[in-house]
Amino acid sequence: MNSGVVGAVRRGARSVAWYLKGMLGEDAYEKYAAHHAARAADPSCAAHEVMTEKEFWRDQTDRQDRNPQSRCC
Amino acid sequence: MGATSNRSTGSTGDSLVLKQIPRDLAVAVDPAETEAHDRKWTPLKIAIWAGISLLGGLSWVMLAVVRGETVNAIWFVFAAICTYLIGYRFYSNYIEKHLLKPDDRRATPAEYKADGKDFAATDRRVLFGHHFAAIAGAGPLVGPVLAAQMGYLPGTIWIIVGVVLAGAVQDYLVLYFSMRRGGRSLGQMARDELGVVGGTAALIATLVIMIIIVAILALVVVNALAESPWGVFSVGMTIPIALFMGCYLRFFRPGKITEISIIGFVLLIAAIIGGGMIADTEWGSTFFLLDKVTIAWGIIIYGFIAAILPVWLLLAPRDYLSTFMKIGTIGMLAVAIIIIRPEISAPAVSEFASSGTGPVVSGTLFPFLFVTIACGALSGFHALIASGTTPKLIEKERQTRFIGYGGMLMESFVAIMALVAALSIDRGLYFAMNSSPALTGGTIEGAVAFVNGLGMTGINITPDLLAQTAKDVGEESIVSRTGGAPTLAVGLAHIMQQLIGGTAMMSFWYHFAIMFEALFILTAVDAGTRVARFMLQDSLGNFFPKFKNTSWRPGAWSATAIMVAAWGAVLLMGVTDPLGGINTLFPLFGIANQLLAAIALAVCMAIVAKRGLFRYLWVVALPLAFAAVVTISASFLKIFSTVPAVGYFAQNRAFSGALEAGETSFGTATSVLAMEAVVRNTMVQGVLSIVFVTLAIIVIFTAIQATWKAYRTNANSSSEDPAVQSQIFAPAGLLVTPPEKKLQAEWDALPAEKKYTRAGH
Repeated sequence: MNSGVVGAVRRGARSVAWYLKGMLGEDAYEKYAAHHAARAADPSCAAHEVMTEKEFWRDQTDRQDRNPQSRCC
Repeated sequence: MGATSNRSTGSTGDSLVLKQIPRDLAVAVDPAETEAHDRKWTPLKIAIWAGISLLGGLSWVMLAVVRGETVNAIWFVFAAICTYLIGYRFYSNYIEKHLLKPDDRRATPAEYKADGKDFAATDRRVLFGHHFAAIAGAGPLVGPVLAAQMGYLPGTIWIIVGVVLAGAVQDYLVLYFSMRRGGRSLGQMARDELGVVGGTAALIATLVIMIIIVAILALVVVNALAESPWGVFSVGMTIPIALFMGCYLRFFRPGKITEISIIGFVLLIAAIIGGGMIADTEWGSTFFLLDKVTIAWGIIIYGFIAAILPVWLLLAPRDYLSTFMKIGTIGMLAVAIIIIRPEISAPAVSEFASSGTGPVVSGTLFPFLFVTIACGALSGFHALIASGTTPKLIEKERQTRFIGYGGMLMESFVAIMALVAALSIDRGLYFAMNSSPALTGGTIEGAVAFVNGLGMTGINITPDLLAQTAKDVGEESIVSRTGGAPTLAVGLAHIMQQLIGGTAMMSFWYHFAIMFEALFILTAVDAGTRVARFMLQDSLGNFFPKFKNTSWRPGAWSATAIMVAAWGAVLLMGVTDPLGGINTLFPLFGIANQLLAAIALAVCMAIVAKRGLFRYLWVVALPLAFAAVVTISASFLKIFSTVPAVGYFAQNRAFSGALEAGETSFGTATSVLAMEAVVRNTMVQGVLSIVFVTLAIIVIFTAIQATWKAYRTNANSSSEDPAVQSQIFAPAGLLVTPPEKKLQAEWDALPAEKKYTRAGH
């Protein structure tokens, strides 16, 4: 009974953290890495350079520099 | 892939299939099954929808018919939520079924263009939050506050009915059409659908509208921070906090966004508390006490620097902070309104709705209510977001309804809460705060005399109330704090202190709300300047090719300077305007935003017509006609009205006439210099109105032409990207339907290595 409650709370906290990370875009590198992992597994795709985590985050803000998006009023 | 595909039921004969052999799992629920589930009315479903309808109906009766001495805020909440639910369930479903016909067998740009960066399939719930955070800003918080002068009912009806039939429809359509075109922007779609003339007019209009919107948002911040040492300090502190966060993410712990956002949030709260202590000190209260002109210059200089700094240093971290604050504060306000349920004593419809002489914004209910409340009911700016990042992140076509239509309903709810917060404060206090200093003289005595002299029934404000409220919120004075933000902050503080902290906490909540709005607005100013700069460089590039290269420093800096100068000039004009600024400029903001909506809807109408769907054209034509009538008539009144308070040129004539007659003071302008300023300002505002309305008429006209041509030639063409087979599955809405649940379980049972899809190149 008690462990059920603890489990539910833990699951709830995990999904809040998951949501917050998604909203703020913290999972961007994970998505990028997963995308490349899938491509690496596919023989029809040519090999690509994969950025390291640090390079990826730098590249991300640099891309925003080149391609600004407006925020709404 | 090389596998043969299995044509299963539900495929309509084109090359797209429901099932894909390597996994042998459907990528979409069979449309027939979805339809059957949709049409099956179980007793429980009937009971739920009957309950929603009854509660919604009862709430509207309480608001519109019963209209007791006071109305409880909970009826606003119920009326809004029930109407949204019905609009979402039935109207957006109708649009989906007949007009847009999304096909989940078709891959979205996030799938067929996947690059793991700009194009990446995102969970629909996360993307909903993302999209909502991008569309909701200060607009839905400010407009309803100003419109509250007409009473609570007109604003409430427009926000709720307007969003269901116009605002959410626009967002949904633009998002969907952009998604079907690989995430193309509104400007590009306008060019594709309306040709060179319509497309160019749309582009220029967008640029001018952006300048106006940035200027007026900046004006709201200036009005909130002027003569407020506390506000200046705490909002000013957001800059070093953001710089720190930016460096932390760049050099110390890249990618730890949640962590640094929490640190930033704590620092932000510390800055608010610290601001209170500093404003109490002798030096703090003199050093940070700035007048409007100084703050306006500060924002102009800030805007320029922020727009040329790299994104990682200032814009990105402040964006995280702003998202964090936005979701938190809006959630908190919703909870507080539901728990506290404030009583609202404002009239349903005030005398200003018909007389048009209200001190907050001049003009009668039609058309000025509909331009004062733009965001929250119908906001053209959203078309830029819905054709920007969001369409590149959508996982499945049918999710556009939840994200586009649903996201806008959420923003509308924010507008309703802002309206409730503004209405929950004392009515006299509301007018004392929102009447321009030209009317109140900026003093407590002047404000009391002016507000009590308005002759409104049941309003009798005392000097004590004004002094006490100012003391409670930690400000020198709250008389003539126009612009909407301070009023909303007082309303929010008034509601929140009943939940947490009592009057002792009121000053904290007030400054928390000011900070929250300033944060959005400064981000919008920075981002807007950047986008405008790129648009300008792109246009200049047609004449001077060098400007096309956006990383060419001299070009980037000079284009930024031009854009900042443009909105800076409008901002300074508003700040120094002897007539009060916000009340003359705010209609221009609403008109600009609604004209952009008319442009976006015009583009959508042309697309629908070219698809040959004339039977359902009214879904787009109805909001387009409304937006066009409202904005064009508002513009015409602003241009041609002979009432000086309404017409820019009438005001211009009145003042230049007085100057010619050799008078040294006229109306609220007390010197020749001030009178000359009025003449100048009204001329600029009048010319801007003419430019807007001309551009919008060109765009609407070309759209009607395109629609007529499509009708005549029985067109059935499409500018969509070619269809690509989808290979992934995800549910469409927030709640997973039983058929989706069944299919999802099959996908979940798949071994992990088989789940990855083959990505685009």
